[in-house]
Amino acid sequence: MASYDDLSTVTRAFMKRFPFARHRIDPVPRARLEKPLAQCRFALVTTSGLHTPEQKDFDYRKALGDTSFREIPNNIDISTLGESHRSPSWDHRGLAADRNLAFPLDRFRELEARGSIGPLNHRHFSFMGSIIGVKPLVGKTAPEVARMLAEDKVDAVLLTPV
Amino acid sequence: MCGQTVCLVQAAIEREGIATVSISLLREVTSILQPPRAMHVPFPMGFPLGAPNDPELQHRVIAAALKLLYRTDVPVLEEYTE
Repeated sequence: MASYDDLSTVTRAFMKRFPFARHRIDPVPRARLEKPLAQCRFALVTTSGLHTPEQKDFDYRKALGDTSFREIPNNIDISTLGESHRSPSWDHRGLAADRNLAFPLDRFRELEARGSIGPLNHRHFSFMGSIIGVKPLVGKTAPEVARMLAEDKVDAVLLTPV
Repeated sequence: MCGQTVCLVQAAIEREGIATVSISLLREVTSILQPPRAMHVPFPMGFPLGAPNDPELQHRVIAAALKLLYRTDVPVLEEYTE
C-alpha cells in the first residue's frame, strides 16, 4: 500500500507540507450517469506522462510542472507510447513493462468487445503529474480537455495517476 | 502530485456533466482534494492497476472503479479490497 511513509524523506516532507487543501474541490461537482455502462461512451485520462512517438516529451525542466496534455488516439498500439514522467517518487519499471498498468486501453478494448461498456472515444488524454503550480492546469488545460470530451459526447471517464 | 493532478482534471471533466471516477494511490491527498468519486487501491506508487501484465487483476480493479460511477453521494472515496 502506498502512503506518505513509502516516499523518500525529502518527498515525504514536501508532501506533508504542501498546501493541498488550497486546491480542495469545493463544491464537489456531480454528474448523474443515466445509462447502463453497456451504452456509455468511455474515455481514459492518465497523469503518467505517456505520449505517442510523434509527440514531444513532457518538459521535466519546468520547475512548477508541465501542465500541457497529449491527445492519445484510440487506435494506438499502446506498446509504442513513450513515457516522460519526471518524478523519481514511483517505480517506472511496471509501466515500462505494461502501459495498461496506468493507461488500461487494452483492458477497455476487451470490455468494449464483450459489450460490457459502450464505444471507446476516438481519443484519450495524458498529462504528466508532478505539477506544483496548478493555476494553468485548473484555468486552462484541464477545462480544455473537459470541453473536448464533452464535444465528443463522452459519458464516463476513468482517471489514473502513477 | 499525480494524485492532485488527477483530482483537478477529474473535477473539470465532471463539471462538463461527464461522470468520472479515479484511482487513488495516496489516500491522504485524495481525501483532502475530494474529487467526486475515487477508489483507493492498496498498491505501490506507479502501480495504479495493481501489476503489469496481469489482465485479470487489472480487470477486477477497473470493474470495482466503474461501479462507483453511479454514486451520487459525492465525494465518494472507497477502498479497493481483493
